[in-house]
Amino acid sequence: MKPVVHYSAIEGRSIAYWGLLGTFGLFLLLGLGAVWVMEHNGHYVTGMNNHVIWGLPHVFAVFMIIAASGILNVASIASVFGKKMYKPLSRLSALMAIAFLAGGLMVLMLDLGRPDRLVIAATYLNPKSVFAWNILLYPGFFGAVAVYIWFMMEKRMNQYSHQIGLFAFVWRLLLTTGTGSIFGFVVARNGYDAAVLAPMFIIMSFGFGLAIYILSLMATCRWTGRELGDNVIRQLKNLLGVFIAAMFYFVFVLHLTSLYGTENHGFENFILAEGGLFTQIFWIGWVVIGLVLPIGIVYHPSMSKSRTWIGIASAMVIVGGLASMYVIIIGGQVFPMTIFPGYEVSSSFGDGAIASYTPSIWELGLGIGGITLALAMTTFAIKILPFIPDSLSDELMDPHHAAKTAEADKSETNAV
Amino acid sequence: MSQQKINQYRRDFLSKTTATAATGAIAPGVMLMSVGQAQARPADKAVTDKNRWGLLVDSNKCADGCSDCVKACESENAWGSGSSDEQKSDAQQKAQWIRTVTLKNKLTGSEHQLPMMCQHCEEPPCVDVCPTGASFKRADGIVLVDKHICIGCRYCMMACPYKARSFIHENLHDQAPEVPRGKGTVESCTLCVHKIDRGDGNTACAEACKHQAILFGDLKDPNSAIAIEMKKHATTQIRADLNLNTGVRYRGI
Repeated sequence: MKPVVHYSAIEGRSIAYWGLLGTFGLFLLLGLGAVWVMEHNGHYVTGMNNHVIWGLPHVFAVFMIIAASGILNVASIASVFGKKMYKPLSRLSALMAIAFLAGGLMVLMLDLGRPDRLVIAATYLNPKSVFAWNILLYPGFFGAVAVYIWFMMEKRMNQYSHQIGLFAFVWRLLLTTGTGSIFGFVVARNGYDAAVLAPMFIIMSFGFGLAIYILSLMATCRWTGRELGDNVIRQLKNLLGVFIAAMFYFVFVLHLTSLYGTENHGFENFILAEGGLFTQIFWIGWVVIGLVLPIGIVYHPSMSKSRTWIGIASAMVIVGGLASMYVIIIGGQVFPMTIFPGYEVSSSFGDGAIASYTPSIWELGLGIGGITLALAMTTFAIKILPFIPDSLSDELMDPHHAAKTAEADKSETNAV
Repeated sequence: MSQQKINQYRRDFLSKTTATAATGAIAPGVMLMSVGQAQARPADKAVTDKNRWGLLVDSNKCADGCSDCVKACESENAWGSGSSDEQKSDAQQKAQWIRTVTLKNKLTGSEHQLPMMCQHCEEPPCVDVCPTGASFKRADGIVLVDKHICIGCRYCMMACPYKARSFIHENLHDQAPEVPRGKGTVESCTLCVHKIDRGDGNTACAEACKHQAILFGDLKDPNSAIAIEMKKHATTQIRADLNLNTGVRYRGI
């Protein structure tokens, strides 16, 4: 008989649970406090200025928005690509996708100069603006994924979950393309004007999303005492390896494309060699911590079998992701725009000079507040609705594989 | 009798010459008044695309170290030294609508300066990217920000290839009545739109330039000084490669 996966809400009555939720609440409050300071005084309290226009909040917001669409990937693998093993993982994937998009949008909205005019942002739409497209793509994503969750949870609607899953998958591709295009279509700046940013953001979303998902799944199963099979972890980890390799490829192509044009040599030299902090963040944060080390761990013969190491590799991908956003978003702004090719320029408005940016505690507070909102939403929702399977054991998830493993063990024993 | 006639002739002569002299003295003023009134746009009349306002900057005439245009803009539009606001913002956070940029030719080493401001593009990237439509272009080519619907996302600042826009980082109290500005919104050179609508026929920067390096006018009027100059001499658009068809043109770069 085919094993049936049962889902249940977590009990959520322990001191640890309320302690975790309380900690999230505290960080969220601190984040909102930071917003109050920023909005009450104006952006002069931040490190942002007229040269570095988008600061740390955008690093967090863009990271979370692209990660949100990537987290949904786990569900898409089940519903769109028909991989049965991923089906029990789908509900949490969809929930976290909504939570991370909400967190990212919170940061983005509260960093506006006039967040009180949110209604204007929703009612006055300039059809030519990539930002406006995104304003339509966000609620669409919420809606599609919410319906997807409903179809997965409601037995009568189960039969349509493939269709809505496909719709949500296409929508998330559009969403990430839209996010990438915010930067990719900015022709004025050497660091942004690259069409490859949109597909690169999609690949990055796969990697960041899966890393966040693996960590969350391991934590949830561990803290709620639910079984999580080795094979499940192994498959997720292998997939993470493929995504990291793909990210590696895109980073390589991005800089190679950029280096081909002589006009970009200055910018590339800044990021890759002489940009001080930005060069360090690029090589140490993005390349070594975000790509080289996790791929080494994931494919290491012994480390790849350890859950702790898989967790560390996932955390590294997240750190590398934030580093990559910092280099792309801030690095792209501090480098001066080429307004007068062939001239050395100087002015009272920073023309021709590398701009300075020191993030303030308020910006960091807002960014962390956004991440906390996503985690708090997830923690709370899994107590209310059945998002997590009672067990994710290998036998339940992939009986065929479990049988094969047992057989292999048996033959090994026989050989001995 | 003859004496009376002479007196009559004298009186006629005097009164006529006085009238002629008076007309000669007053007429230019009257003429100017009527011209001025003709250019002023009544508030209830829509802006049309019959005009395209622009500037021609001759960087050969722009004198090194001079910043009269910047100062004039500051006092006309009440920013920088023209206002008591923005005391909390640091130098990089303070608004700057117009700046003088010093250019040094990498090859020849020659140096000169020019004023840089919003280029009032025909195809403005700031207008394209603005999510709410707060960044807009008037029919007469002036690119502005509607302060009522600007949400302060700063996307226009990211998109502007001329670094012409500023974000307001704190509360303002000392604005000029005709120049709306405010915390959390983006602003830039308005081409002195209030002066144009009033019929002044010039911008503060062009008025202030004693070197005649800045010429304001209607690019669409073939008889305007700016159109005649642009027909006579080769002019340049900054970042012409972007095909934005700027309303501000330069000579000497």
